[in-house]
Amino acid sequence: MSILVNKNTKVVVQGITGREGLFHTEQMLEYGTHVVAGVRPGKGGEWVAGGKVPVFDTVSGALEATGANCAVIFVPARGATDAILEAGEVGIPLIVCISEGIPVQDMMRVRLFLDQRGVRLVGPNCPGLLTPGETKVGIIPGHIARPGSVGIVSRSGTLTYEVIHALSEEGMGQSTCVGMGGDPVHGIGFLEALELFEGDPQTDKVVLIGEIGGNDEERAAEFIADHMTKPVVALIVGQTAPTGKRMGHAGAIIEGGSGTAAEKMRALESVGVKVAGHPNEVPTLLT
Amino acid sequence: MKLHEYQSKQIFADNGVPIPHGRVAVTAAAAKEIAEELGGRVVIKAQVLVGGRGKAGGVRLVKSPGEAEEIATQLLSMQIKGLSVRRVLVDETASIRTEIYLGITNDRMTRRPVIVASGEGGVEIEEVARTSPERIVRVPIDPFLGLREYQARSVAARIGLDRDHWKAFGQICLGLYGAYSRCDATLAEINPLVITEEGRFLALDGKMLIDDNAMFRHPDLAELRDVDEEQPEETEARKYGLSYVKMDGQVGCMVNGAGLAMATMDLIKSCGGNPANFLDIGGGASSEKVAAALRIILTDANVRSVLFNIFGGITRCDEVARGILNALRTVTRPVPMVARLVGTNEEEGRRILASAKMDTALTLVEAAQKAVTLAMG
Repeated sequence: MSILVNKNTKVVVQGITGREGLFHTEQMLEYGTHVVAGVRPGKGGEWVAGGKVPVFDTVSGALEATGANCAVIFVPARGATDAILEAGEVGIPLIVCISEGIPVQDMMRVRLFLDQRGVRLVGPNCPGLLTPGETKVGIIPGHIARPGSVGIVSRSGTLTYEVIHALSEEGMGQSTCVGMGGDPVHGIGFLEALELFEGDPQTDKVVLIGEIGGNDEERAAEFIADHMTKPVVALIVGQTAPTGKRMGHAGAIIEGGSGTAAEKMRALESVGVKVAGHPNEVPTLLT
Repeated sequence: MKLHEYQSKQIFADNGVPIPHGRVAVTAAAAKEIAEELGGRVVIKAQVLVGGRGKAGGVRLVKSPGEAEEIATQLLSMQIKGLSVRRVLVDETASIRTEIYLGITNDRMTRRPVIVASGEGGVEIEEVARTSPERIVRVPIDPFLGLREYQARSVAARIGLDRDHWKAFGQICLGLYGAYSRCDATLAEINPLVITEEGRFLALDGKMLIDDNAMFRHPDLAELRDVDEEQPEETEARKYGLSYVKMDGQVGCMVNGAGLAMATMDLIKSCGGNPANFLDIGGGASSEKVAAALRIILTDANVRSVLFNIFGGITRCDEVARGILNALRTVTRPVPMVARLVGTNEEEGRRILASAKMDTALTLVEAAQKAVTLAMG
């Protein structure tokens, strides 16, 4: 078992003919992901990735022909909002949006639209999902991960890789790695991921990687206190970040004095979560 | 992106929000002229993108065009929190009966716009939130439907406005929402919104923050960006698609990924040093981009050592290493550097750096310790 994606997930790649889309399609195929289709308006009928993946003009065309049940989006920001809505409208149940730079007012409408249809979104501005040994939907480098029982959920990209790498080095494999993304309005968050990990028989422990901005970590702490029986270890970054400055991610900003790393660490520690000082401390705290 | 008061208020006015008569001036002579047009009694306000202008002496009431010229001269030569005052706004004065706070912002938790109002205007809303949270009214807005009149009426009633004012207040709320949604703002704020002795509403001060992700569809707003108000390094970084924030420590750092960059800064701190900056070179960084990043880091005279932390995924370590070498050729100031490269093509990357006699480290902790030691030495 795992959460969200497994070896049976059938993926359609939106924006498959772009530089990033094509590169990561090949990486996903190499990892063993079932990439069943690609979408690029105007290029329907072509085949890409060494003739392995058919391209369609629309998501509905791809869905009809292949039965894809997950969409991954590499469409640049200007078209990414539309790409998510298109996949949501035709009934793809899980959408992973890698693209960065979607305006936040668009995302507020997108989330509402998807919620009304019961569609799950991961991202945007995220590295996607990886269930080691089974499938990867996104851009997490597959070779650093090992199958195992630690679930990971993170607001970050390369910091997540760092933690995966540290765990694998210590012989701790992962059930599923969820990169939820760094935008202020996003799809799946800590709460949903924790709930799924709690219910997943393969997952024994969970690592939560947070950062400054918003109060997702504080709400996660409440959820952990009320609903989690599995141990959770956290890593919160941005202790040195100044107030009012956006630290790379659109959502990583301390506003009006709230959203600091210290508050988040306090909230998590107060419910018994061990908080790591740096990525390499995570495996130690899990044992 | 932050907009100046005068820019924000113009956008509010374009959306039907009443603002005082006034104009912006870059010279004292122009300020005098505007004061003459407005009848002599005016308020002169320094236009800088920081809060607390009033306390810093950047907002002054004057009684005549001559005094306006004198005060404008003073303001145009002053600095507020390190920023030079380059423009002043000259506005007509208002006789104030009531001060209101009114803002629209994005609520991350409910994922909706929210209208925030308080009968306690003229002070910072964070201050009101601390001292009398019960005096703040928040009403969530459906992002598909937008702000509705009944919602604005309910806000008016809950902040204690007389029924006579509900209609005018409602129009202002709708105008502010129009400005917020048309400009892709993350904040549109009037503080204070006043009711004058004559019973008229006026937006005396205004502030807007625009979503950087939405700039592609607002070329008109992009032109309003005031690069004089930014750290020059931050402007330069944006040109190369780098994300840079200047800080006041001694250890410069270059990292791929925002979260990892923050983790690196935190580790520098826990090793006893202080980070000089946040810098994310992004995914798949080219060697040109890396070279530009290093130049930007080294323009900061406080930097005593530089730490490179690259976790290669899409980004290739050898490409980054080549970029570092390229950049080193143009560096005139000798600063010790430590590199930690892990992931895609890490061995090739390390070999390239070894040929340049650069100090390398295998783990992040080791790299941070080395960089801090070098900065102290």
